[in-house]
Amino acid sequence: MLKIIKYVLLDIIRSRTVIGYTLFLLLTSWGIFLLDDSTSKSLISLVNIILVVLPLVSIIFSTIHFYNSYEFIELMLAQPVKRATIFTGSYIGAALALCLAYLVGAGIPLMIFDGSATAVTMIASGLMITLVFVSLAYLAASLTRDKAKGTGIAILTWFFFAVIYDALLLLLLFLFADYPVENFLLGITFLNPVDLARLMVLLKMDVAALMGMTGAVYSELLGSLKGMLVAGLVSLVWVVWPFLLSLRIFNKKDI
Amino acid sequence: MFPVCAGATIWQVFPATNAVTQAIAKSSAGDTIEIQSGTYRENTTIDIKHSLHIRGVGNPVLDGQYKGQIMSIWASGTTISGIHFIRCGKSNLEDYAAIKVYHVNHVTISQNTFEDNYFCIFLLKSDSCIIRQNFISGKAVFEQTSGNGIHLWKSQHAIISENKIQGQRDGIYFEFVTNSRIENNISAHNIRYGLHFMFSHRNQYTGNRFTNNGAGVAVMYSNHVHMTRNVFDLNRGQASYGLLLKDISDSRINQNRFEKNSVAIYMEGSNRLTIEQNNFIRNGWAMRIYANCEGSKISNNNFSGNSFDVSTNGSEDHNHFVQNFWDKYEGYDLNHDDIGDIPYRPVSIYAMLMERIPFALILYRSFVVSIFERIEKIMPVITPVNLYDEKPLMKPVRL
Amino acid sequence: MIQIEEVKKKFGRLQVLKGISVLMRPSAAYALIGPNGSGKTTLLKSVLGLVRPDSGDIQLNGQSILGQWQYRQLIGYMAQISRYPENMTPVQIINMVKDIRQSQHQYDMELFEEFKIKKFENKPMHSLSGGMRQKVNACLAFMFQPAVIILDEPTAGLDPLSTEILKEKINGIRQKGKLVIITSHILSDLDEMITHVIYLNEGNKIIDSTLEQLHDRTKTEKLSHAIASIMNEENNA
Repeated sequence: MLKIIKYVLLDIIRSRTVIGYTLFLLLTSWGIFLLDDSTSKSLISLVNIILVVLPLVSIIFSTIHFYNSYEFIELMLAQPVKRATIFTGSYIGAALALCLAYLVGAGIPLMIFDGSATAVTMIASGLMITLVFVSLAYLAASLTRDKAKGTGIAILTWFFFAVIYDALLLLLLFLFADYPVENFLLGITFLNPVDLARLMVLLKMDVAALMGMTGAVYSELLGSLKGMLVAGLVSLVWVVWPFLLSLRIFNKKDI
Repeated sequence: MFPVCAGATIWQVFPATNAVTQAIAKSSAGDTIEIQSGTYRENTTIDIKHSLHIRGVGNPVLDGQYKGQIMSIWASGTTISGIHFIRCGKSNLEDYAAIKVYHVNHVTISQNTFEDNYFCIFLLKSDSCIIRQNFISGKAVFEQTSGNGIHLWKSQHAIISENKIQGQRDGIYFEFVTNSRIENNISAHNIRYGLHFMFSHRNQYTGNRFTNNGAGVAVMYSNHVHMTRNVFDLNRGQASYGLLLKDISDSRINQNRFEKNSVAIYMEGSNRLTIEQNNFIRNGWAMRIYANCEGSKISNNNFSGNSFDVSTNGSEDHNHFVQNFWDKYEGYDLNHDDIGDIPYRPVSIYAMLMERIPFALILYRSFVVSIFERIEKIMPVITPVNLYDEKPLMKPVRL
Repeated sequence: MIQIEEVKKKFGRLQVLKGISVLMRPSAAYALIGPNGSGKTTLLKSVLGLVRPDSGDIQLNGQSILGQWQYRQLIGYMAQISRYPENMTPVQIINMVKDIRQSQHQYDMELFEEFKIKKFENKPMHSLSGGMRQKVNACLAFMFQPAVIILDEPTAGLDPLSTEILKEKINGIRQKGKLVIITSHILSDLDEMITHVIYLNEGNKIIDSTLEQLHDRTKTEKLSHAIASIMNEENNA
């Protein structure tokens, strides 16, 4: 497995896309911190990048990476290596590359310029988002052999979770403002990995406001470590299930 | 017990049944009673009918055994110090206190410790009293079954300084109290308010810290209150405020620091306030202003890292924001006078929305909401038209 | 020894293999032939585990290979279209496969030498010609001295000289006791390489005999003629 990961990583580094992504993150976050004189404002700008750019790049890059490494995968499949090993190795390689890019590109500036608990939470939730969207990318790619189709599915997935989902939630919120649907809506919010990452950051950045909310369930859930834990666990589920499903599909697939 | 010197006599008291009561009975006005270390349990409330100086030596404990009041003071000029009061009675009918002062003046209560009492220091119609350097610690759980740390009723010219109060209902409570000063106290972890004013005019409080209370300070139905150089922090929770202002007028709020409160300042029916040179840092809401507030001037404050700077329930605003520093300001300063060239609107559309649907907070900072806010910034539709700072500062005010 | 028993495979609605049974022994070279879409490649891929049969069993030395992977240690595979990570060079790919396979025994570098791969070993794959890629492909299949060698259209794209080299190599290892399976369209190339013929058509096995028996039966000397003759028999029957 380690060898597979090694060769996948070598291949990704050779392609230079990840290097470009790292530089983009580095320049953006550095720029944000230098241009804004208050770090709290910089953090808010970075949150938007984490919630929009990170999932987009992660899912598109990983989908394309999977299709591009088809030759490698075929070559490996003729060798005495387990299919699951090849697939998992390819996944870990892509995930590792993107996580490293994020850590270098955004993690380091975050720690240098801020270094607070909020910054640490942002790093953690960024990594989580990356992993989730690499998993979703692998799922999209294992659904079809057609690269264009797979990339299309990937982009739609991103658009759904990053934009449509919250827009629908907002709409529901307006429509049912006079009904006691808060717990239901909170549950729905917890089902979207992007919202989970956002809530984790919100729990640090806006804890004072969150604790001011009326209603026992969510003030307890959102104002405490418990909320952080639940969000983390559900995110983990979002990393694991698409990956396992895609692994299952891949295992049964005829090459 | 025996007298030590002539003139004003000093009576020494050692642990024995009713030792304190007996010593007081023998003493005359102006005497000193020194209570030596040990635990004292008196059968009845200790009544002080002539002026005395009661002094603890080696931290003696007066144990009320949860039976009624521990000490009642009926004589002006009495001083109480160095005594550890514990376990006064708790009652729903009677406001029992560790020390209650009745209708007398110039009483000084200093350097005592209070632990597990109902009310601790209770002044009724007593003027010019001093309460300083006491340490008060309660075990309050419910508002109905707990008392206040320092409670003043219809008194004036009091000075309350350098006390530390925690675990009571209200840390300090003023009702019909005037011309008094509250300085350098720490009031923390009280279940209702750190400091509570009702119908109390012309008071000032300075240099206090209100941390982690149900709400930091509540000022209600009062006027001419000066609040200066206090710290209000970590007052968080449902309906929790750093400073709650209800029907207040002609007061000043200067050079305070509000940090990490759910709502830093909440104003209702409050008029003609001057709010200047305060720091608002990382609060949920820096200010929530009801539409029935008028004529206040909010200037030279710093607003940074708050989830929401200002929110209001009305569509118009009758207060004046000028020359504050807002970290969310995105304008420019072409003439380099350190004042932004375009006004800043501190009320975001989402804050307005949340006045109506508080739960909408869970979607805050999402991509959709930030688009929403950006559009509103360009074309204001819902946010109050006249609530803006026409001269926002480019740099924070140095405080 | 490879034993294929009643293997069936459907792709969508198309039944590609309709119950194929074949027995293949060591020290022999089997030509797997048939028209396009007859199921040759699918059968080979089933042996490699790249395609999962719907039913039936495939055994290698008496053990079922279905769902297994360790047995590929014993197989060398030369794919029809050699697809490689395009940014890697031949030497990188060879080293990588060595690293992944971790076989302890000596590497067979004969084809590496004879094909003169050294000349282009440091050029990225995407810059190599089809023939060059085929050479790398062949080299990898033989390198680990596997007991079974599967060659899918090995001579496609190779120049005559290289084809000769490959033929000799195949004969050499067959004589050393290995089992070789070859598919090819170019029947004339097969004559000197194979000992047995398996002919597939539309998912069915039509011929399964030794080359000698086939020539005896059809009274021909060339494989292409033999096959043509049988096809005529079938059509006339």
